[in-house]
Amino acid sequence: MSPDLVIRGGRLACGTAAVKADCLTDCLVKDGRILDVVPHDPDRTYECESVEATGLVLLPSLIDAHAHLREPGQEYKEDIASGLAAAAAGGFGHVMCMANTRPVNDDASITRDMLDIARRSHPHGPRLHPIGALSKGLRAEELAPMADMAQAGCIAFSNDGLPVASAEFFRRAVEYAATFERIVIDHCEEPTMAPAAGMNEGVVSATLGLKGQPWVAEAAQVARDVLLAEYLNLPIHIAHVSCKASVELIAFAKGRGAPVTAETCPHYLLLTEEACLGYSTRAKVNPPLRTQEDVEAMRLAVEGGVIDIIATDHAPHAEHEKEVEFDLAPCGISGLDTALSLVMSLTPGQILSEARVVEAMCHAPGRIFGIPVNRFAPGDPADVVLYDPHHRWVASRETMRSKSLNTPWLGRTIMGRVTAHFMAGRRIV
Amino acid sequence: MSNDTAPWPHKDLLDTDQLSLADVKRIFDTAVSFQEINERPVKKVPTLRGKSVILFFAEASTRTKTSFDVAGKRLSADTFSLASSGSSLSKGESLKDTALTLQAMAPDAIVLRHRYSGSSRFLAERLECSVINAGDGWHAHPTQALLDAFTLTQEWGSVAGKAVCILGDIAHSRVARSNVDLLTRLGATVRLCAPKTLLPMGVSTWPVEIHHNVTEAVRDANAVMCLRLQLERMQAGLLPDLREYARTFGLSPRHLERAAPNVRVLHPGPMNRGVEIDSTLADSMNSLVLDQVASGVAVRMALLFLYLTRKEAAQ
Ligand SMILES: [Zn+2]
Repeated sequence: MSPDLVIRGGRLACGTAAVKADCLTDCLVKDGRILDVVPHDPDRTYECESVEATGLVLLPSLIDAHAHLREPGQEYKEDIASGLAAAAAGGFGHVMCMANTRPVNDDASITRDMLDIARRSHPHGPRLHPIGALSKGLRAEELAPMADMAQAGCIAFSNDGLPVASAEFFRRAVEYAATFERIVIDHCEEPTMAPAAGMNEGVVSATLGLKGQPWVAEAAQVARDVLLAEYLNLPIHIAHVSCKASVELIAFAKGRGAPVTAETCPHYLLLTEEACLGYSTRAKVNPPLRTQEDVEAMRLAVEGGVIDIIATDHAPHAEHEKEVEFDLAPCGISGLDTALSLVMSLTPGQILSEARVVEAMCHAPGRIFGIPVNRFAPGDPADVVLYDPHHRWVASRETMRSKSLNTPWLGRTIMGRVTAHFMAGRRIV
Repeated sequence: MSNDTAPWPHKDLLDTDQLSLADVKRIFDTAVSFQEINERPVKKVPTLRGKSVILFFAEASTRTKTSFDVAGKRLSADTFSLASSGSSLSKGESLKDTALTLQAMAPDAIVLRHRYSGSSRFLAERLECSVINAGDGWHAHPTQALLDAFTLTQEWGSVAGKAVCILGDIAHSRVARSNVDLLTRLGATVRLCAPKTLLPMGVSTWPVEIHHNVTEAVRDANAVMCLRLQLERMQAGLLPDLREYARTFGLSPRHLERAAPNVRVLHPGPMNRGVEIDSTLADSMNSLVLDQVASGVAVRMALLFLYLTRKEAAQ
């Protein structure tokens, strides 16, 4: 059988049964699937379309397990088309989008609409995977019709953005979702402790005279959730972990065999609360950026596997919404365009290995949420990202595909960039 | 020595930490020279004639606003008041749009009081005129700190080596933040005294002593500064009631028996008599409350002079 596409001379970021990581390979594609991955031989010729990947890294298409795409309702910030365009450019082949749209995605008809829009705007990918609301209107009063929504295409359920205060309600939501083999994702924030302050309570908030949110607000709810997961023996996924105490609680729970998984985001691996100095609203995010000690704990937790996933928590906002007093600015960082480059910036010094990045941004979310991924084995979907680690670029209106530029990296030089992206063997970037 | 003819090096006054000790000395020297004007029968000089200052108080304040107004008028600047109620801010206009509107009126300075921390910096980054922070959220109140330090300097000649105790709601006080910075840099020892609910989480990194007992906090202190207690702290669950606060953290004459001889009592006003300060103390020989008000005018005259003439001096 002969390939219809070959990606020549790229270096594999993570090894396969057949080819070790860091080997130069020729990746052979046939009918949208991997035909074979073989050691690169510069003298070999192929009778098919060929893409030169010398000097580039080959990664599988990534999965973003946590994004906000704002459609329906706030399309001026982002819509499904622009969000998926940013995802494609950032190396993501699958985007799981949160339910806090307007109206809230708490009904199968809304789920179906979102999927229709995605298929029409991006017929060849990236693929959208809506996350349904746990409760009607995110109000944590009545459960959402999860069976119906799961059938319509909701991949998981979450009240992200509005933490569920009632432990009893949350428990029932986890049980009900599990009935339909869906996982609940929790935004952990003990809601009576400085809700959505957008900055860590500590030295910097004291200096700036801003209200802060203490790490204990997050960790207290993480503790509740991991104990519930153990008690129910049902999976719970903890969203955007930001602090050391949460990591320790998750490690403790995993040690006891609780079916807990967790994610963090690039900004919690790279920035501290000091990014808020000068009242920088671009660094206002919920949960807030913490201390250097927390950043180091997050890095170790990702490398060691306590944190399973790196997600973007892509939270686009318009310029005029962020150009206000810190207290008034909405929380959130636009992340789809930059996440992979930012995370890969942690690999040269081996804070993270490339294989671990692939695991945390592709294999783990694929396994947890049941999305098939490319492991560069024959028969896998030919979803391939070509990444140039030496490409320098500046985050700007010209280089970012998201409608929103609310990132602390705006105007800064970023090292490394996706130069091509294939889904099912078809080039989408 | 401060150089009185060098151009003033700052466009804006956002907090005391922007000012070098030489800058502070120059402000104080200038204030001393203006104090004399305040004692004349005709309290007005033409120094800032033709200059305009917008007093933009988006949060209620009588004392600070009047002080700036008097200071500006005594130097013949035109002062214009803008309150938040009645301005388009109350109609939902953003601070950025308000800033651009104000800019179009081409003032020489804007004095801003605003409930959000960082708001004066926000304006300063967007306006060509000088922005003087008259209190932003919980963040800073540099002119109050300057007038407090000026008042004490006039009393003692210098604050260096003195112990100043700040008593009350530190966590939510812009006055405390700016005073801690300025007084410690001027060589004073600063003690803070409050229940733990009214101290910010990061306070352990500040260059201060922390106390929870007023008697200990004021022992051998040379000055005690009481802060106004905001009554909403009870609703926020930070305090049980006024009576307990007054008995536990209010300053009373018996506390001052342990203080240094001639201890001075300050209060940025307006006072809750009988809450954070015993009424008799407010009116006692120890009280500098009215001296603070008088110093406030002189210091603000100095600030308006230095900021509004910074370009002329440069030429
Ligand atoms: Zn969230």
